Amino acid sequence: MLQVGLYHFLVLSGLLFSLGIFAVLTRKNAILVLMGIELILNSANINFIAFAKYGNFGFSGQMVALFVIILAAAEAAVALAIVLNIYKNFNTVHVDEIDGLKD
Amino acid sequence: MNETLLLQLSAIILFLPLLGFVLLIFFGKRIPKAHAVENFLIFVGLVLSIIVAFGKISFFNDQKIVYEFQWLSFGNIPLIGYTGIKFGIMLDNVTVLMQFVVMLISFVVHLFSVKYMEGDLRYTRYFAYLGIFTFSMLGIVVTHNFLMMYIFWELVGLSSYLLIGFWFEKKSASDAAKKAFIVNRIGDIGFFLGILILYVNYRTFSFNEIFTQISLGNLPFGSSAWLTASGILIFCGAVGKSAQFPLHVWLPDAMEGPTPVSALIHAATMVAAGVYLIAKVFVMLTADALLVIAYIGAITAFISATIAITQNDIKKVLAYSTVSQLGYMIMALGVGAYTVAFFHLVTHAFFKACLFLGSGSVIHAMHHEQDIRYLGGLRKKMPYTYYTFLISTLAISGVPFTSGFLSKDGILGGTLAFANLTGYWLLPIIGFLVASLTAFYMFRLVILTFHGEARDRHKFEHAHESPATMVLPLAILAVLSIFIFYTPNPFNADAGWFTKWVKTPSTIVPQNQAFGFMIKESGEHSEDIVAHSLQYTEALHHAHSQAMYISLLVAGLGILFAFVIYQWRKISADNLAQKLKPLYNFSLNKWYFDELYDKTAVTFTIVLSRISAWFDAKIIDGIVDGTASLTRVSAFGTGKFDNVVIDGFVNFTAYFTGFFGLIFRRLQTGKVQTYLVMVLSGLVILFFILRSL
Repeated sequence: MLQVGLYHFLVLSGLLFSLGIFAVLTRKNAILVLMGIELILNSANINFIAFAKYGNFGFSGQMVALFVIILAAAEAAVALAIVLNIYKNFNTVHVDEIDGLKD
Repeated sequence: MNETLLLQLSAIILFLPLLGFVLLIFFGKRIPKAHAVENFLIFVGLVLSIIVAFGKISFFNDQKIVYEFQWLSFGNIPLIGYTGIKFGIMLDNVTVLMQFVVMLISFVVHLFSVKYMEGDLRYTRYFAYLGIFTFSMLGIVVTHNFLMMYIFWELVGLSSYLLIGFWFEKKSASDAAKKAFIVNRIGDIGFFLGILILYVNYRTFSFNEIFTQISLGNLPFGSSAWLTASGILIFCGAVGKSAQFPLHVWLPDAMEGPTPVSALIHAATMVAAGVYLIAKVFVMLTADALLVIAYIGAITAFISATIAITQNDIKKVLAYSTVSQLGYMIMALGVGAYTVAFFHLVTHAFFKACLFLGSGSVIHAMHHEQDIRYLGGLRKKMPYTYYTFLISTLAISGVPFTSGFLSKDGILGGTLAFANLTGYWLLPIIGFLVASLTAFYMFRLVILTFHGEARDRHKFEHAHESPATMVLPLAILAVLSIFIFYTPNPFNADAGWFTKWVKTPSTIVPQNQAFGFMIKESGEHSEDIVAHSLQYTEALHHAHSQAMYISLLVAGLGILFAFVIYQWRKISADNLAQKLKPLYNFSLNKWYFDELYDKTAVTFTIVLSRISAWFDAKIIDGIVDGTASLTRVSAFGTGKFDNVVIDGFVNFTAYFTGFFGLIFRRLQTGKVQTYLVMVLSGLVILFFILRSL
């Protein structure tokens, strides 16, 4: 019987992180990019909780994960507001078309 | 009366004319009647100088009163020791007499000038110049050292320059001023070298200290040849200032100045400064130096007397006669007749100033006609001028009962005694010849100017006697040309006060360097030691009566000839001139001295200056220009280097940066995702790098 251990969690979180990165890098739509970011944050959460479970850290990991969830909510709110503003200004939410930083 | 008071008074006399100069030159336009201020100051000076002369002679007859102060200190110099320069005043009998003579002549000339210069454009400045001249002349007289004398010597030269060129609008006047200044400079170089010889050896400029050293046997550079050399070099200064041969050419030209100036500077005082200088250094002159001086004096007296015979300008005749009389004084000093040389200086100052002022009076009356060929018959029109002029003429011709007779007789006697003792017979022969010539040309001048018929009727009609302020100076000077002021016995000056007060100082040069008849004193230098041997006194006594008879004879002959030719016209002057054509022309053209100097000295100077101009233009400028071109070429090189290499490097750096900027700006896409890729790839690279450590 395959014992589920820390390793598996880490692999899972690594996969999730990679998928998040992939989404952030490849998606054109800003909403999808934000979703990628959510994945990254959640992969970090998995890491925290996994280490909390298998390491001797008490509830610290869970606490940080909770904070991250709260933070993610706040971040989503702010980010969506930014996206709305971007749309207002540029009339698009495609991140590859927004290259004002170049100038 | 004490010494300090005398010194203070002398200092006041010295600075009064300077005060006048400063007032007139700076505030002359603001002071009403500025010339009166100057005249008043000079009059005060005259009164003070009389007081000083009497005080000095009656209370301190045989003493030298000296005041000196440290003017400059050079401190202790290695190998030389303590050095410095002292300035000061020294009063002896000669000094106070000279001070009085200068002040008196200066005063009468100031007085005379008031009317003579009236209406002149630069009336005030004229009096200012007279003031600075009087100051400088007094400085020469009272100084106790060579350096101060040299400074005042040059100041006198300067004021003479200013006054000769007073009417500088006339080219001849400005030329004459330059000539006087430059010719004097030649003599002054010698004077300066002479002073330097003495200073290098004795480290002092003071007369007394130098003379004490010499009399102790410390000769310059240990050799009597150097002593002779320094004496002759100092004499060079006198040659320039006193217009002696060969530098006499400036004085006749100096007559371009206003006539009172000629009387003050170029007859009575400044030109006598040379004689005064030789009198001051008389004691240190060796026999060789004295002989040179005597011959120069004799040559000068002869040359100028022969020139004076044929001159037609009234002032030129007087100028040459001045040169001639100065030659007499110099000759007298050369033969050791110190007292009479100075005596002649004083008497000559009075009668020559009178003659010049008299000529000024004539010129003034005749509307600036100076040519005696157009004068004549003025005796009736200008009686005062005529009689004063006549008295002075009698004096200069050496007629008895005049001052000139006494002093000239003394000089001739001195020369005769000298010739008796040493065998230089040429000197007295020239002396008597000149005496005869002097009497001749002076009476020629008087007869042509005052006697006979007027030759220019128009100007003669307008002629008039000069005003009182011009006649008074003439009268003062003419009266002072009478014997009674000098001696009660009109035939023997020894009976008078002059020889009592002005004694020949005894020589201080080593006995084998002096004339045999001069006795060297031993030890400290002082004045009351018998200066001459008994032999000399006898010779002089013997020569005195001889000289008197001969000079009476030659002067009488000269006067007689003048009357025969010009008054009674028994011999025609024109015929005589025709017969002696070469001689006449030679004399009329002043022995061609000016032409000779033009051909030699002036041409040489011009050639030399052309050569130096060429040298300057070609060589010096060539070097300068060459340096400039060299600089340009090297600047061009460095400019290129700067432009190409340095700028190239800088530009390359900029270009290089720009080039890479162009490349790397591609990275800056502005797209957030690209940046993130870079961050991540950077992170990965960093990860591997850190792992491999």
